[in-house]
Amino acid sequence: MAASILKVVGIAKSFGGVQALKGVSLEIDAGEIHCLAGENGSGKSTLIKVISGVHEPDAGSIEIVGRRLSRLSPMEAIALGIQVIYQDFSVFPNLSVMENLALNMELMDKRALMNWGRARAIAAHAVSLIGFEVDLDERVENLSVADRQLVAICRALLHDSKLIIMDEPTSALTKKEVKALFAVIKSLQSRGISILFVSHKLDEVFEISERFTILRNGENVAAGSTEELDHRTFAFHMTGREFAEASYKSDRAPGPPVLSVKGLSQVGSYEGISFDLAQGEILGITGLLGSGRTELVETLFGISSPDSGSIEIAGREVRMRSVKDAIALGIGYVPSDRLTEGLFLPQSIERNAVIGVLGRLCNSLGLLNRRAVAELMSKWIAELSIAAKDPSLPVKTLSGGNQQKVVLARWLASELSVLILNGPTMGVDIGAKYDIHALMRELASKGLAIIIVSDDLPEVLACASRILVMRDGAFIQELEPATTTESRLGELSTGVA
Amino acid sequence: MQSTVKPAIPAKALAGRDQNLLRLLVMLVFVFGLMTVLRPNEFATLADFNSMMRQFPEYGIMAIGISLTMITGGIDLGVVGTANLSAIFAAKFLIGAVPQGAPPEQVLPYLAAAVAIALATGLLCGAFAGLLISRFRIPAILATLGTQQLYTGIAIGITNGRPQSRLPLLYSTIGNTEFFGFFPLSFVIYCAIAVGIGLMLSRSRFGTCMYMLGTNAKAARFAGLNNASIIIRTYMVSGILSSVAGLIMMARANSAKADYGAPYTLQCVLIAVLGGIDPNGGFGKITGVTLAILILQFLSSGLNMFNNISNFYRDVIWGGVLILVLVFNRLFSIRAERRAVRRSMA
Amino acid sequence: MISIRSMTRRSEPYVFAAIVALSLLIQARSGQFFTGNNLVDLARALIVPALFSIGCMLVIVSGGIDVSFTAIASLAMYVTDKTLLASGYSGSVLLAYAMSGALGLLMGALNGGLIGFLKLPTLVVTLGTGSLFTGVMYGVFAASASDVPPAIAAHGKQTLFTAVNLESGLTSNMPSQVLILVGALVLVFLLIRYTMLGRGIYAIGGDEAAAERAGFSVAWIKLFLYSFVGLLAGITGVARISMISYADPSTMLGMELTVIAAVVLGGTRVTGGLGTLTGTIFGVTLMTILANSLILIGIPTYWSRVFTGAVIIVGTGVSARQIGSARRRVRTLQKEA
Repeated sequence: MAASILKVVGIAKSFGGVQALKGVSLEIDAGEIHCLAGENGSGKSTLIKVISGVHEPDAGSIEIVGRRLSRLSPMEAIALGIQVIYQDFSVFPNLSVMENLALNMELMDKRALMNWGRARAIAAHAVSLIGFEVDLDERVENLSVADRQLVAICRALLHDSKLIIMDEPTSALTKKEVKALFAVIKSLQSRGISILFVSHKLDEVFEISERFTILRNGENVAAGSTEELDHRTFAFHMTGREFAEASYKSDRAPGPPVLSVKGLSQVGSYEGISFDLAQGEILGITGLLGSGRTELVETLFGISSPDSGSIEIAGREVRMRSVKDAIALGIGYVPSDRLTEGLFLPQSIERNAVIGVLGRLCNSLGLLNRRAVAELMSKWIAELSIAAKDPSLPVKTLSGGNQQKVVLARWLASELSVLILNGPTMGVDIGAKYDIHALMRELASKGLAIIIVSDDLPEVLACASRILVMRDGAFIQELEPATTTESRLGELSTGVA
Repeated sequence: MQSTVKPAIPAKALAGRDQNLLRLLVMLVFVFGLMTVLRPNEFATLADFNSMMRQFPEYGIMAIGISLTMITGGIDLGVVGTANLSAIFAAKFLIGAVPQGAPPEQVLPYLAAAVAIALATGLLCGAFAGLLISRFRIPAILATLGTQQLYTGIAIGITNGRPQSRLPLLYSTIGNTEFFGFFPLSFVIYCAIAVGIGLMLSRSRFGTCMYMLGTNAKAARFAGLNNASIIIRTYMVSGILSSVAGLIMMARANSAKADYGAPYTLQCVLIAVLGGIDPNGGFGKITGVTLAILILQFLSSGLNMFNNISNFYRDVIWGGVLILVLVFNRLFSIRAERRAVRRSMA
Repeated sequence: MISIRSMTRRSEPYVFAAIVALSLLIQARSGQFFTGNNLVDLARALIVPALFSIGCMLVIVSGGIDVSFTAIASLAMYVTDKTLLASGYSGSVLLAYAMSGALGLLMGALNGGLIGFLKLPTLVVTLGTGSLFTGVMYGVFAASASDVPPAIAAHGKQTLFTAVNLESGLTSNMPSQVLILVGALVLVFLLIRYTMLGRGIYAIGGDEAAAERAGFSVAWIKLFLYSFVGLLAGITGVARISMISYADPSTMLGMELTVIAAVVLGGTRVTGGLGTLTGTIFGVTLMTILANSLILIGIPTYWSRVFTGAVIIVGTGVSARQIGSARRRVRTLQKEA
């Protein structure tokens, strides 16, 4: 057994009387890939900040490479070889790759002048460490998300790192890019660098890490070898609840299609898309990032227009020039990015929920009827079990799952015939995820036609009554959830067996 | 998980939202009291109130226009240019069309037409700015910097920079009417606009849409709002309000000129910010803006009564008050944030 | 080392092309553009807005905006002027520059402190301080147009050379203040290219949180930045009054918005992070030609603001389009992620 590179014992940390960490321990060996999992608010981020010297713990000990430390500053943590790659990568989009790689080093060395020759040498060395091929003069904002992450990784490697902490590194990557990232992580491991991989996706935890630690409510709830884990125990440790999901089957007699798409194409995005959607059906569309899935559903919501093909609603061909047209036709859309596309974060929960139906809540003078708004709001809070203390509070005070319910509430008030959900449970706690799945099934059983776009394969398998796999802008296969598996779906969407 | 409502939290949150109004009110009372104590025989006399009511509507109405555009996340720096251009068109029309020595009942329709011309000019000026911002995606601050230059430039160009005077007497007579011998017409117009716009913001669908768009334009699009139309309509309202201000300035000066009220632009932005309009969009109320206008007016009128104190001290105090309010708000919000973090962790 | 692709993505070439086209047009119509005296007159008109634009560009690059620099320049030069007059000072003009620069620096430091350490929004802070400084000038110092001390007057008469228009016989003097502009350009070029402080300004404009994590002292950099801009403004104030030979308190007020427009026209990104000295000077040049040379082709000066306004709208419209299309590709990828 290799020596441990990091050993924290009994770490406690409270903020203003609230215990974020209640005596957490974590041990990472040299050259180990360790996974840290937990829901939002479980204390993961606080623990990372303690390890990287941002927060000072109230109690407990930190031991790095055998050195016991009572205090740790961010600079000391870096000097001891601990590097954190944050979710936003902490890069400068407006500066070149070269500067992004060199600036931190130069700052660490307390240099006052910028030496471009040295910067280029540092950058060239950094990218060579993982064989990353990139134009050093390109501005980082022109790189793909995956390449930006590699810039951040190269930058971390410059500091003679012993432990690299990656905070949800795969959340913005395509499947293909995740594979590439994992290859990089393995190569780092082979140099003896340890990785603390923060994730809540089980398949990734399985694939990359050897050992795991799960936190819940600021406490260790499980730790051990990844091989001992399975879906059910993982979900149980994360949430403290048991979940069982059967796949969804519509019990309605197949009626005429509500939505019918024929030969829909948009140059550069998708091509020759045809499908029918009936009442009570939940159609799953899965595919990789860049497969055209988001472009397709955005067209169905009137955000962009197709170049050819037709869309029929209840048998009548329609043209949607704007989102307004789509809504008038009874189409609702829950966008993939809740924080930037779905919600008005600092505005009240109430305003967020009623924004789509304001017209109906106005009196004859065109003024809002406040009582009607309040009544509608309390109805939704009850129906969707939104944990909201007061609808006049900003929606950002809610948890991810409750926020997503507010977005859903917006559509439930309208006369919908088709509801499209794009990645509906991304970044949502497992508990809220099951709530949202249940709601989808309930809506479908009441006759709503639903399209769910997701690359969360278990989710698609559990919710959809029919699955279409999209690759390179086209549907390549239709599958029955009951007769297919996750790995089959994965093979189809990546195109590699 | 149906939670029970804890009364303490919403009450606190509401107080937080209206803290700014409360502060402004305290400041207003303070300034009023100070001036009354220092100049008991002049300040807050009826004559003084009357003169104050004549002064603030022209910039107050423009400040409301700017506030609206700031609520949608933009800014309209073209208000003064719009006001002057509208007034100049109206003045040119009156000077050219009204026959010399015509009796009042004959002049009246011309006045109505001139007002319509001014309002239409304001509407078009606003629509153009809105178009540049929404369709051509030019940042509002630059687009309206451009329209301000453009409108002022046109106004200078067609007048060679000279004042347009010799307006029919009836215009200034009507413009300077006082209701009940006390309330000037311009003040009544301001009140009507403040109430109307206030109601629009707080109670109408359009008002809510403006707040939402100002908070997050992308989410507004996904929620089915027609962003371009909301932006264009907002700048149209701002343009019309500016042209009303232009007509009031024209009545006061009995002429129209391309460079009237030049320092009003930044002063109006200042009023809006002090009045609690969030410069990043999404928040703010007309009540706050009106309080800010009154504070400024009390200060300025009060200082006028000290012969040895220049009226420019108003700028000093104004700038100083704004900075102090900012610093105070900042320190307050740091504390509130800490408390909120503590609460959310609980 | 600059690739063709990144050349076309920049806006300097477009602004430069517009300058060339405009000057050729004026030359073709009037024959007077490329004459020694006109070019010297342009250079003279360029000095003050160009000096302002350098500081303004740095602020916008850092992700902020400053509308107080003209007020700083006016107050700093006015106090300097009055003090030197009152003391009967007859020495070198350098003291005037030093004093005005120091006063500007102090006022800039107030901006920088509020923005850097209290993290207040830049537009609102500078609106407030701008109002404050203008008010102090007119209120406390009861400013009105005033004489300049002999040192400044003499400095104003120093010329580098005199250009003569052979046809018309008109002459124009190249003022020595142009050296200040050249000096400021060189200094700021070295600052932003070769010092970590300068790179820090760009880094903050790119991502402030990342700059903090990387080890930049964001608050101190902002304090430096706004103080430096104040210093430049103070110096510009003295340069201005020496060129017009009297201390007019209102001579610079109101220029701030046009300077900002010129800076953005020159390719500085409004949201921060990008901006070059070359582009900034191009932008100011274009605006100066519009304001000063249209009269050569028979367009009365009354109409010059219409053209300024049109150029701001068209110019910023074009750059808004460019940024839009360049980002769209990346954004669609990001959005799905």
